[in-house]
Amino acid sequence: MSQGTLFDKVWDLHTVGTLPSGQTQLFIGLHLIHEVTSPQAFAMLRDRGLKVLLPERTVATVDHIVPTDNQARPFADDLAEEMMQAIEQNCQANSITFYNIGSGNQGVVHVIAPEQGLTQPGMTIACGDSHTSTHGAFGAIAFGIGTSQVRDVLASQTLALSKLKVRKIEVNGVLAPGVYAKDVILHIIRTLGVTGGVGYAYEFAGTTFEQMSMEERMTICNMAIEGGARCGYVNPDQVTFDYLKGRDFAPKAADWQQAVAWWQSLRSDADAVYDDLTVFDAADIPPTVTWGITPGQGIGVNQQVPTLDSLPESDRYLAEEAYQYMDLAPGQAIAGTKIDVCFIGSCTNGRISDLREAAKIAQGRHVAEGITAFVVPGSERVKQQAEAEGLDKIFAAAGFEWREAGCSMCLAMNSDKLQGRQISASSSNRNFKGRQGSSSGRTLLMSPAMVAAAAVQGAVTDVRKLL
Amino acid sequence: MSQIKSVTGRGIPLVGNDIDTDRIIPARFLRCVTFDGLGAQVFADDRAQTQGQHAFDQPQYQGATLLVVNRNFGCGSSREHAPQAIAKWGIRAIVGESFAEIFLGNCVAIGMPCVTADSASLQQLQDWLAENPRNSATLDLAAMQVNFGNHSISVCMGEGPRNMFLSGTWDACGQLVAQADQVQKMAVKLPYVSWSRAVH
Ligand code: SF4
Repeated sequence: MSQGTLFDKVWDLHTVGTLPSGQTQLFIGLHLIHEVTSPQAFAMLRDRGLKVLLPERTVATVDHIVPTDNQARPFADDLAEEMMQAIEQNCQANSITFYNIGSGNQGVVHVIAPEQGLTQPGMTIACGDSHTSTHGAFGAIAFGIGTSQVRDVLASQTLALSKLKVRKIEVNGVLAPGVYAKDVILHIIRTLGVTGGVGYAYEFAGTTFEQMSMEERMTICNMAIEGGARCGYVNPDQVTFDYLKGRDFAPKAADWQQAVAWWQSLRSDADAVYDDLTVFDAADIPPTVTWGITPGQGIGVNQQVPTLDSLPESDRYLAEEAYQYMDLAPGQAIAGTKIDVCFIGSCTNGRISDLREAAKIAQGRHVAEGITAFVVPGSERVKQQAEAEGLDKIFAAAGFEWREAGCSMCLAMNSDKLQGRQISASSSNRNFKGRQGSSSGRTLLMSPAMVAAAAVQGAVTDVRKLL
Repeated sequence: MSQIKSVTGRGIPLVGNDIDTDRIIPARFLRCVTFDGLGAQVFADDRAQTQGQHAFDQPQYQGATLLVVNRNFGCGSSREHAPQAIAKWGIRAIVGESFAEIFLGNCVAIGMPCVTADSASLQQLQDWLAENPRNSATLDLAAMQVNFGNHSISVCMGEGPRNMFLSGTWDACGQLVAQADQVQKMAVKLPYVSWSRAVH
């Protein structure tokens, strides 16, 4: 049993009591909702005659279904329009703050909460979305939940949960040029496996994470769930405080000093006890690409698709399924794999620093012939910032489409979809079968800079050659 | 709220590891404001691709209530649409080698027990179901066993969820709401609640 970790401290501070089942009733400090997983929750509340207990602790936006080309209302897609109207009405009827399209604050839920300073250290955060783990970058404990649990949080501001174990994942050292946060998390997942984190919260510690910006830490924590860990976090430090200072919802004036002191006190103790420890060396991490149908099926960009005999027995069944689905042969080099579509965006890699890195690669080059490449900023604010820096012009000159904020082809609930067997280079987080909108479409996950490199070369490329 | 002590019915084996929620219910079917109708869409893409060979399409498994899966079932997205789609198709309980955590929590919340067994036992159960699609099996949550034919395998489930099913308290909403006073007090005590009071 872990002791003295940030996870333990935050858990204890938010424990309302123990339920008859033995589970903990945990107070949720910030509840984020979006259009896909909330309408049924509001309907359940209505069915039971329940009210939203603390509407001021819930914030809503729209991201999954929003078109990123034409956002005029009503949306061309009737079902999407119906979902929009549902969230508008539900928020209005329950006095919930709603960041609608055009508000200047709309975007992917895991992008907007941090950028507004809503996400803070020491909070418990829940959202009906598995990538809620993102918010752990601030030293918050953030859980993805299902719709019935969204109902529970709305009705009671709490969740019934069993405590997780804590695994410390230490990465030390300096990342080589061309190696990004995305590569670090893909490397961790490929090593520990997609189920390695089940039952655990991941604490990301060590000098590599300490040197990372908040946006890089968000990329790391975002994908903790892809490693099976329901939440991941980084202890808050000066980088966290500097990021938060002055943001809309950050503590102000006298509250600020108090806040910093409180946040400091929540850091894992030097003698904290962990349930497990895994250590990596940053120098061992190459630019990493997935070749298969789970985020754990990753390899270095200069490696070959693994052969069956090189894999543990338990991974072989899935590997065979992946060779067939991806149409990649064991032993084949991943570099040089031809690409059809390039997608830069998502809550993993749709922030301003991601767009800057991709723009550096795109600048002065052009998207290869026959390739569709597009950039979807994570939020309206990211879009505005990028345009202020002229990144949109760089992308446009290089042949990338420049879009409105949303989830877009991360899960293809809007009109941005792969067609047929198309293969994409994507900065998103999931390469599951059918994830990007075509039931036979294929996805290779990689960093935004690697996606830009694939776009200009027309094939998977080691971004280090273009730096 | 009802107690769930056992589930008896015909079983359906679904072989494969890491079957994610995008496969259980592809994202295009999430364009909806109710869960109604999801039953028909469960595994839509997998079923289209296997052209009638998917377990959920095979005639002998129609009407089954016990789903038997392998490792890391339900990984990926937190969409409750996934267990809802499975439940609306007719499944009442799931046996597997392991489940993704959010999926598991969602199943508890909708009253669909998920239990785990070791891979050899699961193999035995899946083989038996394939050979005996017309016979019933029973998941017994009191004894923590699945009984089928002359066989029985032991299964596991977290104590918390198990108690919730046995005592009929798997829908925690009422218990949580009952603590509203305590919750309000905690909200006042937590420092950040006043710092970020700007949320309104
Ligand atoms: S960007 Fe992708 S992973 Fe993130 S919330 Fe949207 S759909 Fe989910």
